Amino acid sequence: MDTILETLAALFPGLGTAAVLAGITLALAYPLGAVFALCIDAPIRFVRLAAVAVVEVGRGLPLLVLLYLIYRGLPQADIVLDPLPSAVIAFTWSIGSYATEMIRSSIQAVPDGQTDAARALNLPDRVAFFSVILPQALRIAIPPLMNLAIKTFQLTSLGYAITLSEVMQAAHRHGSVHFKFLESFVVAAVIYAAVIIPCSVLARRLERRLSLHLRPVQGVNATTQ
Amino acid sequence: MMEYLGYIAIGAGATVGLTAAAFVIGIALAVPVEWVRRTAPPFVRGLVNAAIDVIRAVPNLVWLFLVFFGMPQFGIVLGPWPTAIIVLGMYSTACIAEILRGGIAAIGQGQWEAANALGLRQFDRARFVVAPQVLRVTIPVLATFAISLLKESALASTIGVLEITYRAGYATQRTGDGLTMFLVAGVIYLLLSLPLAFASRRVDGRLRARFSLG
Repeated sequence: MDTILETLAALFPGLGTAAVLAGITLALAYPLGAVFALCIDAPIRFVRLAAVAVVEVGRGLPLLVLLYLIYRGLPQADIVLDPLPSAVIAFTWSIGSYATEMIRSSIQAVPDGQTDAARALNLPDRVAFFSVILPQALRIAIPPLMNLAIKTFQLTSLGYAITLSEVMQAAHRHGSVHFKFLESFVVAAVIYAAVIIPCSVLARRLERRLSLHLRPVQGVNATTQ
Repeated sequence: MMEYLGYIAIGAGATVGLTAAAFVIGIALAVPVEWVRRTAPPFVRGLVNAAIDVIRAVPNLVWLFLVFFGMPQFGIVLGPWPTAIIVLGMYSTACIAEILRGGIAAIGQGQWEAANALGLRQFDRARFVVAPQVLRVTIPVLATFAISLLKESALASTIGVLEITYRAGYATQRTGDGLTMFLVAGVIYLLLSLPLAFASRRVDGRLRARFSLG
């Protein structure tokens, strides 16, 4: 019992670092995702291509490779960053790219009738987009963005690879000092599960509430959409 | 310098092999798991659900280390490859079971009623009514998952599987040029996921034509 508590005490500070990394990442990645979602469909060709390139690389490379590229690759270009800033950049790039795609497909998921209706009311395009389409799109985007936030916290475990002192790094250090890898990693697993499972349950519940209006009526052969 | 590019590129074989092994295990196990989830008594169903939630909640890196560094304390010593295949296979089983569940949920109530009205036995209903339609809706999702699994396999580098990322790391140690080495690794990952994305779009189009639900 004592060893478990000891291990928990050794790993707990890592949770703070993980939360900081996840928090900063989300605060940067979601707004950037919205901006890039607009850029990908921008009328200017150069903006469009640049946005697609950034997003495709962010989604196409394993996060681990992005982390190494920034932490171990940039020094080659005389840019030496500490683990936390490196992780923030790599995470924002990757998570932001996923967020971009989620926001973009949410905008496309808003029924065309909404655009037609806005046009019929003679709303200027800008107003139609920002006050009619975007609010509905963001509502559609909430469940996937919540799941992405949970995933982001889970991914902070990769910080280990660039010596960021988060939960995994702490577990590995504690495990190698006391030669108790099993206990350390079991405690790490419990910490992650204790944060992620309740969050997932909450996210699932909220998702159900947000989509109540989309559910077919019981007993009726409803052909919605 | 150039010799290291080849050294990294060879790792693509291990990356693809690991991804394919995990994916095949996932498909092979997810179907029975989903069957159990739909037919077993509530208690067993709850157990399976809990197992899937735990597998997905704990990061794969933790699972890898738990098996690789932790299991030897029980006298179970597994090499990098078996560890990576077990962990990623387990992960893909859990994910694919969830994908199948979504696909089955997408089948209209009328399909079940029609199958029952025709007096189909449970197996025939699964074989001729449910499976084709589930396949139709899950193929694109499975392809997306395969691509994410390809990237997930990079984690195996942390326990010493000689795949792309590990080799890029080693080449970085030898040459000091991490920028080039990890860029090369990144490009290889992009090249590997492109054909998968392309193939999925083609298969998707063909299945759409064949099982058109109009």
